[in-house]
Amino acid sequence: MTASRLRRTLGSLGAGLVGLIILIWTLAPLYNMVLVAVQTKDDVFSSNIWPPHPNFFSFAAVFQESYWYLANFWRQMGNSFFIGVAVALLTLAIGAFTSFSIGRLRIRMGWLLTNAALLTYVIPMSFLAIPFYRIMQSYGLVDSPWAVIAVEVTFATPYAIFIFQQYGTSIPHELDEAARIDGAAPPQVFWHVYLPLMAPALVAVGTYALLLAWNEYLYAFLLLSSDQTITVPVALGKFLNSDEAPWNYLMAASIVYALPPLVIYYIFRRYMSAGLTMGGVKG
Amino acid sequence: MGGSSALPASAVPARRVRAWRGGVQGADAFWAAAFVLPYIAVFLAFVIYPVGYGIWLGSGAASYRALFSDPIYVRTVINTLVYLAIGVNLKLFLALLLSGFFMRPQRWVKALLLVFILPWAVPAIPTFISIHWMLNGQWGLINNLIWDLFQADGPPWLDTPGLAMGSTIVAYIWKWLPFWTIIFLAGRMAIPKELYEAASVDGATGLRSFTSVTFPLMANLYTVCTLLSTIWTLGDFNTVHFVSGGGPALQTHVLATLGIRDAFELGDPKLGMAAVITALPLLIPLVILLMRRLSKGEVQL
Repeated sequence: MTASRLRRTLGSLGAGLVGLIILIWTLAPLYNMVLVAVQTKDDVFSSNIWPPHPNFFSFAAVFQESYWYLANFWRQMGNSFFIGVAVALLTLAIGAFTSFSIGRLRIRMGWLLTNAALLTYVIPMSFLAIPFYRIMQSYGLVDSPWAVIAVEVTFATPYAIFIFQQYGTSIPHELDEAARIDGAAPPQVFWHVYLPLMAPALVAVGTYALLLAWNEYLYAFLLLSSDQTITVPVALGKFLNSDEAPWNYLMAASIVYALPPLVIYYIFRRYMSAGLTMGGVKG
Repeated sequence: MGGSSALPASAVPARRVRAWRGGVQGADAFWAAAFVLPYIAVFLAFVIYPVGYGIWLGSGAASYRALFSDPIYVRTVINTLVYLAIGVNLKLFLALLLSGFFMRPQRWVKALLLVFILPWAVPAIPTFISIHWMLNGQWGLINNLIWDLFQADGPPWLDTPGLAMGSTIVAYIWKWLPFWTIIFLAGRMAIPKELYEAASVDGATGLRSFTSVTFPLMANLYTVCTLLSTIWTLGDFNTVHFVSGGGPALQTHVLATLGIRDAFELGDPKLGMAAVITALPLLIPLVILLMRRLSKGEVQL
């Protein structure tokens, strides 16, 4: 009896230890961001593991854009936001149109489209960066947010099509048919029957696309060049490569940039888990 | 995956069938085509065209001669294989173990799970920049901590190739461990409790119940995750670019970062594309294996 109780105590002690290790492991890089952001420049270049004089001066600098590297910070936040929303809306529209046609109108050769989407899904995004750079020049989209939007929509749509197809199977076809008998044409069925019933899937995919675009670095870095058009991650990357990287400003800006997706993520977590396995955030 | 829940024909009254398949057929076909037009346009303009153009760019034999005679390239291939073999497998194995830990019913474990998914929820670039600074040999948090604890100088993490590669792999695991843990957690939750009860009646508990109930049922999911994760990791640019930056002395590049470096820093897109294309002999078999697994339909993604 005592042996089994001892084992149970040891077991919960072990679980506590594992929990502690997980906590430290998870929070260390995030703690480092906060640690650097609340110090002055001189304190950053020291052997502190706690901030000796924590302050919010670097956050103030971010909000007031009072350091030359931060001069366009809010403009760049706006760019990130615009690209994210445009990618989300276009992905939803194109994905919903396509899945409606394949799953509801049963277009001939629909399987071909599904396979095309699957093929796109397994091409690593970074592998097409070099041709895309040239192609966007030939499309006349140099330094234009639409170049980045086009690329991100291309890579987000396959996921949208899978999730919509899968979710669509749970909507009975009788509903479409009833609407058809009442004289609704396919566009009306799409708008009044299909879309409202797909709402949870739309939220999940919209969040996925928004976060994909907000987090994306490589294409924004290659396709955008001026301080007025780049997104925040590109600005942070530029910051890092400058001769004297002001780490406290860099980390304060990073935190401000990381907060919106974090909030969105925790709000829509329930929806995100709908199609978790297939997507998550494609690295 | 695809497909829709086709109603059995007998379930639909005959008159409705006629209404559905009747005169509207022509208009239906028109609308069906109209609805897929945007996706076809995107696919042609932004998948077929870049893929074709990329293959054309990387089709010159001279680029491959230049590539194969470059010692950096050889090193890069080795790095890529190490990154995939250790990074993906260690990450997934840890995720499998941790998913078991997060099955515990206690409330603090549920709360810990919310914290645990932070690395996945936070954008990648800021955290990789933060890790890059943590690893700074002089002022980084890790070496400061080593100094405080042991009064000793920590190693210059990013200035030695082996340590820089190892640090990159650890950063990669940090970022992606939560995502796969949650996948496996969902997989574990789908296993009916009765199976464990039956196993424990037969005397299988602890490790034995893992090897004879959990693992056989999760094996297919685990394989699919390994394939998918390997494919995604092969294209991972951000981790290496921001944590080690390919340094020191270009010793920690992987194919995804070397391609970009050759194309844009050296200004040689053909060389860069050739580097990327040499990943295809690995990528294509992985994709075929994945498709086969998925088409068996045992794992629903």
